[in-house]
Amino acid sequence: MEHKRLTLFAGHYGSGKTNIAVNYAIALAKEGKQVCIGDLDIVNPYFRTADSAKELEKAGVTLISPQFANSNVDLPALPAEAYRLVEDKTIYGIMDIGGDDRGAYALGRYVPAIKEEGNYRMVFVANCYRPLTRTPEDALEVMREIEAACGLAFTDIVGNSNLGPETTPQTVLDSVDFMEKLSSLSGLPVFAYTAESSVAKQLAGKLDPVIPLQLQEKYFDLPSQKPGNRPLWG
Amino acid sequence: MAERVLMKGNEAIAEAAIRAGCRHYFGYPITPQTEIAAYMAKKMPKIGGVFLQAESEIASINMVYGAAAAGVRVMTSSSSPGVSLKAEGLSYIAGSDVPALVVNVQRGGPGLGGIQPSQSDYFQATKGGGHGDYRMIVLAPASVQEMASLTIKGFNLADKYLMTSMILADGTIGQMMEPISFEDAEIETYEKPWALTGTNCEREHNVVNSLYLKPDELEVKNFERYERYKIVEENEPMWEEYMMEDAEYCVVAFGIASRVAKNAVAAARAEGIKVGLIRPITLWPFPKKALLAAAEKVKSFICVELSMGQMIEDVKLYTQCKRPVSLCNRCGGMIPSPNEVLEAIRKAQKGEC
Repeated sequence: MEHKRLTLFAGHYGSGKTNIAVNYAIALAKEGKQVCIGDLDIVNPYFRTADSAKELEKAGVTLISPQFANSNVDLPALPAEAYRLVEDKTIYGIMDIGGDDRGAYALGRYVPAIKEEGNYRMVFVANCYRPLTRTPEDALEVMREIEAACGLAFTDIVGNSNLGPETTPQTVLDSVDFMEKLSSLSGLPVFAYTAESSVAKQLAGKLDPVIPLQLQEKYFDLPSQKPGNRPLWG
Repeated sequence: MAERVLMKGNEAIAEAAIRAGCRHYFGYPITPQTEIAAYMAKKMPKIGGVFLQAESEIASINMVYGAAAAGVRVMTSSSSPGVSLKAEGLSYIAGSDVPALVVNVQRGGPGLGGIQPSQSDYFQATKGGGHGDYRMIVLAPASVQEMASLTIKGFNLADKYLMTSMILADGTIGQMMEPISFEDAEIETYEKPWALTGTNCEREHNVVNSLYLKPDELEVKNFERYERYKIVEENEPMWEEYMMEDAEYCVVAFGIASRVAKNAVAAARAEGIKVGLIRPITLWPFPKKALLAAAEKVKSFICVELSMGQMIEDVKLYTQCKRPVSLCNRCGGMIPSPNEVLEAIRKAQKGEC
């Protein structure tokens, strides 16, 4: 897989951008690259890149995060340091963009520099089990809104279709038609599929490529919600 | 298998409301519930509904009052400071006996507080908030699925009893994502002969109002309203019991705190401590009978809350102080870990509470 110097993850909110960006950053670092991940999400109050600060630090990934992320200050401001992602050409930069067009506005200021360098991959993350992107047409609409907001066109799509702890290999396989339709509607290649690592393992030989994701455990997870177990709750 | 979708708690409320027949949403954005408004803004225009971002919380609750008086299913949503602003309208709606659904995705307080999750609006939701003698039906979801099912239930109960139903959630359940389905959604419809729908010159005018010029008439209205509340208290309490059959200690928690507590109860059971959990699903009407029955058999109660201890007063009241009640709490946007709750259970077993 060829890595561009800059990889941007954008899409509908809740599509899994942050998880994928964190996993991709750690994977790149494991290849020995110098990696810097920037949290450009000005929309989401909870569940951010900074939640993975320990894992990123362990992998040697530099994290650039808004000063007030995960605090009580609901301030949509980005740190000046974020310019390092586009200006420091010696690093591999990962940009985690906020959800929908509203989140993508924040990317706009970096776009002239990104275009000038021309060494980037702009990835649309899609989950067909999210209610507002149930059809390829709905997903395409979100895609176009994001492009209009930030002024940068997508180059690839990633299929992250999942049902959280209920995800099975079949859940992912059932999303292939959706992704192929989205690919033909948008004219963009499916860069990869992603799945929680135990599910990804079971997809070997059935779907290619599938990038395995390590997911964060959350304090509100119930024992029954660990991968492969059906939730008892609700 | 029914269609499963992966939803945020806030989205689940919005989609459930639409499925319940709500075509009128009035709100004002505030973290951490803004996805409800965003979802409505996207969906309502496509289905012939109204999404209106009002100029303030006060305006939005009065729009809810107006739409409710016209007999349509209507809702608003906010988070703690915004709900305080709606308090006057909530009282007017109660005083006019019209049905509405109000969502509070709580954040830390008091004052402007913060944007992280909290349960410190329990008093406001269950004991008033606005002025005057009134009650709201208060539903406390503990999962994304319940955000959906209790929203539909909330609309049904509001229409049935001509009351406001409040979904009392918190920032975590609003923001977290879980797979859900809508297959069991049972939408009830009620005749609304009192609604302001235009007389067409064929009937007497309907009047929706909370002003009574004669004190004796106002008194009668209050008496009648509280007769209705009695029926709600008799028929509508909902709760979940977990491992209570042989329990010697009882954890009481609702919403996100109950999920943490459930993990702690399972861990304590693994240590051989006979502990169970009662999770109130309706905070008003409070599941009094379940608590009183538990008080007859357990040695003590542990109340787990994301507040300085609010529900604990009802736990003491409705167990008639028969057993000691200890508090395990965090506040200001912090959440107790399963280990903190486990430690509180161990202490209860040692009689240290």
